[in-house]
Amino acid sequence: MFLSLTGICLVSGGILSGVNMLTAAPIEEAKAKTLETAIRNVVPEFDNSPTKEVYMAATSEGDSLKIYPAKKGDEMIGVAVESITKKGFSGEIKIIVGFDTDGKILNYSVLQHAETPGLGSKMQEWFRTDRNKQNIIGRTMSKEPLKVVKDGGDVDAITAATISSRAFLDAINRAYSAFSQTDVTSGATATNKEGGNK
Amino acid sequence: MNNLKVILNGLIKENPTFVLLLGMCPTLGTTSSALNGMSMGLATTFVLICSNVAISSLKNIIPDMVRIPAYIVVIATFVTVVQMCMEAYVPALYASLGLFIPLIVVNCIVLGRAEAFAAKNKIIPSLFDGLGIGLGFTVALTLLGAVRELLGTGKLFSIGLIPEEYGSLIFVLAPGAFIVLGYLIAIVNKIRKV
Repeated sequence: MFLSLTGICLVSGGILSGVNMLTAAPIEEAKAKTLETAIRNVVPEFDNSPTKEVYMAATSEGDSLKIYPAKKGDEMIGVAVESITKKGFSGEIKIIVGFDTDGKILNYSVLQHAETPGLGSKMQEWFRTDRNKQNIIGRTMSKEPLKVVKDGGDVDAITAATISSRAFLDAINRAYSAFSQTDVTSGATATNKEGGNK
Repeated sequence: MNNLKVILNGLIKENPTFVLLLGMCPTLGTTSSALNGMSMGLATTFVLICSNVAISSLKNIIPDMVRIPAYIVVIATFVTVVQMCMEAYVPALYASLGLFIPLIVVNCIVLGRAEAFAAKNKIIPSLFDGLGIGLGFTVALTLLGAVRELLGTGKLFSIGLIPEEYGSLIFVLAPGAFIVLGYLIAIVNKIRKV
């Protein structure tokens, strides 16, 4: 009895470690590719390798976010900030947002969320649609954080999904807060130093 | 001929979703779109076929007293294999099905077929039983997903058929799953009786 159960478990363990060995590399590759595509989507064309020059920057709330600098030649043309918020309707929302050096939102992409399908899940499209005050792309961020209209701001929330909208804007604000606390123009040197310390 | 009968049995006579009402958790949880439903069905089919074959060929060396743990280990192994392969080669699909893939382990269809069919039959019929039940599950989930996607968002397999404004959001949410499932079961019952 023990023998057969042990045998089955051993064989299963063997199969699993084999499959794990085979798939570990493709899984890593797929993840890296997803990240690379996400960065490429939110910042202008670059010729450095942002994933290698990534550095951490603190937000005003004390935690830190990953910042991927995009450069053309030696010139800084923008950054992609990977931001998360825990204020979502269900679970964490993870986004990546691109700023140019003046803090203008270039583009964004929702990486991961668990919002209600059909309501909060619309955020990938909603905040880039040119209708009323929905669109946040092209807005230049400043000290004032983005807020939904209901909270006295000037961004239209997703219909019937105010909580998700607030959370999404919170993620954007946090991204900007991390971005604004790093010196963008001299980002190159700071980048390498901080990257090395990690 | 006999094998064909086994497949048809799984597809129609003992359709896991519409007749046996097994595996309701993934049925209701993953069918917010036709594509998700179909992928979930195919992943389960793969696990069903592999576990049925493995359990049927191991049935003489597994003592009766520990058969359930042994079945679970076999099933969990195949589920983990599916999960790793999905994450490696179709990451987008993996992201959208997420938690429901590991949950195939506790899907009562898989354990049910192992206990009710594979443990009592030879390898080949067990393989076809896994295929039949799996296809039955896939067809049911795809149908459910297609109806919910069409009524909810006006799309079918992500292709827009009617404008989204006419879609009724409730069908994409959980209550819609129950409503559509209820009506589909009623329709299938009516057809079966004719």
